[in-house]
Amino acid sequence: MRVVVAEDLFLLRDGLVRMLEAYDFEIAAAVESGPELTRALAELKPDVAVVDVRLPPSFTDEGLQCALAARRERPGLPVLVLSQHVEQLYARELLADGSGGIGYLLKDRVFDADQFIDAVRRVSEGGTAMDPQVISQLLTRRSQDRPMGHLTPREREVMELMAQGRSNAAIAAQLVVTERAVAKHTSNIFGKLGLPQSDDDNRRVLAVLAYLDRGRAEPNGR
Amino acid sequence: MKVRKRLSACVQGLGVSVLALMSIVVSVLTVLSIAFIPLGLGVLTTPAMVGVLRKHANQRRLLAAKWSGVQIRMPYRPLPHDRRSGITGQVELCTFLLKDPATWRDLLWLQVDMTAGYVIALLAFAFPPYGVEGSVLAAGVWEPIVDAGGTYWYAFVPVTSQGTANLAALTGIGLIALGLFVSPLLLRTHFLLAGAFLAPTPQMTLAARVERLTETRTDAVDTSAAELRRIERDLHDGAQARLVAMGMSLGTIEALIEKDPAKAKELLAAARTNSAEALAELRDLVRGIHPPVLAERGLGDAVRALALRMTIPVETEVEVPGRFAEPVEAAAYFAISEILTNAAKHSGAARMWLDIHHEAGMLRIAVTDNGNGGASVAQGGGLSGIERRLGTFDGVLAVSSPPGGPTMVTMEIPCAPVAPRPTV
Repeated sequence: MRVVVAEDLFLLRDGLVRMLEAYDFEIAAAVESGPELTRALAELKPDVAVVDVRLPPSFTDEGLQCALAARRERPGLPVLVLSQHVEQLYARELLADGSGGIGYLLKDRVFDADQFIDAVRRVSEGGTAMDPQVISQLLTRRSQDRPMGHLTPREREVMELMAQGRSNAAIAAQLVVTERAVAKHTSNIFGKLGLPQSDDDNRRVLAVLAYLDRGRAEPNGR
Repeated sequence: MKVRKRLSACVQGLGVSVLALMSIVVSVLTVLSIAFIPLGLGVLTTPAMVGVLRKHANQRRLLAAKWSGVQIRMPYRPLPHDRRSGITGQVELCTFLLKDPATWRDLLWLQVDMTAGYVIALLAFAFPPYGVEGSVLAAGVWEPIVDAGGTYWYAFVPVTSQGTANLAALTGIGLIALGLFVSPLLLRTHFLLAGAFLAPTPQMTLAARVERLTETRTDAVDTSAAELRRIERDLHDGAQARLVAMGMSLGTIEALIEKDPAKAKELLAAARTNSAEALAELRDLVRGIHPPVLAERGLGDAVRALALRMTIPVETEVEVPGRFAEPVEAAAYFAISEILTNAAKHSGAARMWLDIHHEAGMLRIAVTDNGNGGASVAQGGGLSGIERRLGTFDGVLAVSSPPGGPTMVTMEIPCAPVAPRPTV
């Protein structure tokens, strides 16, 4: 699987490259600035891109903007965005096109190599990987809403993991229950929230994320 | 409508002339009070009397703006906060007031107001009533007057018969018309004259500005020193301590790795947790110094992201032309953040509204909540801290918070948009 890595700090870029290589990813390019990233994404057509939000030369959210622009060119291009901080605002922008293949994680998550690699794989396959911090913020905010109040604590847990983009199997493993139990929980959750049931894992995740974000969605000026 | 407005200028002229007569009383009492200072009694009465004088002058400033659109700013130095109580405080206050040149200029204005000011205001009033008198004469009143005292001069018309009385009536109508025309002008002249004495001189404006700058500079220095101290403490007790702990753990792991791999693994996990926590602390610290979204996207998106993090719904409306200077953006952001957090914590609000826009060189911010109200800019409170920090940018803050709510905090910061930093 071919990866483009964009990160301006040498130590982190080097670390990411080493880790990905150790897990048998092929590094198509490791770049350090926005323009380079744009070029690499257009020319090398990688299977997945791992991108730092803040990149030179502007040191604003250049990485994010490059990724969004590349996805407009090539819808569904898998991009995993890394950042020192996570913002729901950015998560919303990344998810806006609804085509999946999006990851948004804190840089800290690379500490746990297995989980991080799992997230990269998930994203490259068109899945979603949202940082637990984004999800827990969304959940706290929606927790006063009536439909959310009907969820059992277990269902909440399942919902939280599902919103992060985990598959039923992964959720089952984490909560030490059977996959069938997880499937039952998810169908309960969808019933209680009034969301359309779907067999497609990824569509399910996006539906949950959209539900969580909807409560106070407001037009974004950009 | 226009005639009515002009007529009201006449009535206003009468009102102002009455006020100008009151200037005599105020003047006499103030001068007496000051004259009694050597006897001691004046020390007690002068501050009160200067207070009355200022109220009297402020009333004229107010009327000037309301009736003639003449803006007269207040030249008074702000009263010292740290006054002592009792007689000493009274003496201090008296000295302070007498040292303020504005007090003496006010006193000078009283003299002008009771003479020239009075005459002009009375003229603004007098034309229409005098004009009416012409008609009254023509109606027959001229007869007894002429019988009793001979020729009666109405303006330039010697009234001796019905014919000349009719002429007087005609002149009177002319005078009324003239009065309608000049009354507003005369009233305005009165206020301009008052403004010449009541408005601060350029030198006083400058002195006030220097004083304000000194004050806000002190505030700015204090604030940034406190901020650095806080950052130092946070780093020292937080990330730094965690890194030390991690270093120690790694040392132990090195020693244990062969003897007791299981224990070493346990310690490694702990070290990793520690590093994650250190990162989380650093992240919070960075957010407190300069929020990343602010650096990346500017004020608009930074407050949108902030609103998304609040537990209470915040409706955000931002209309700004691009970016502002970084310090302004940061000051505005932290002010908003603090107000929203306080409102969420103390007001009992279920909803908040945030409105930011830029017009006429001013960044205007309004934060409203539907909570219990009762917020104030009390000394030492959160809002007064924000007010002081905005002061560095010549920004101002106002609060409207009646008991029972809603609370609205408005802020204005003069600033101009800056060109975006180069991208790509």
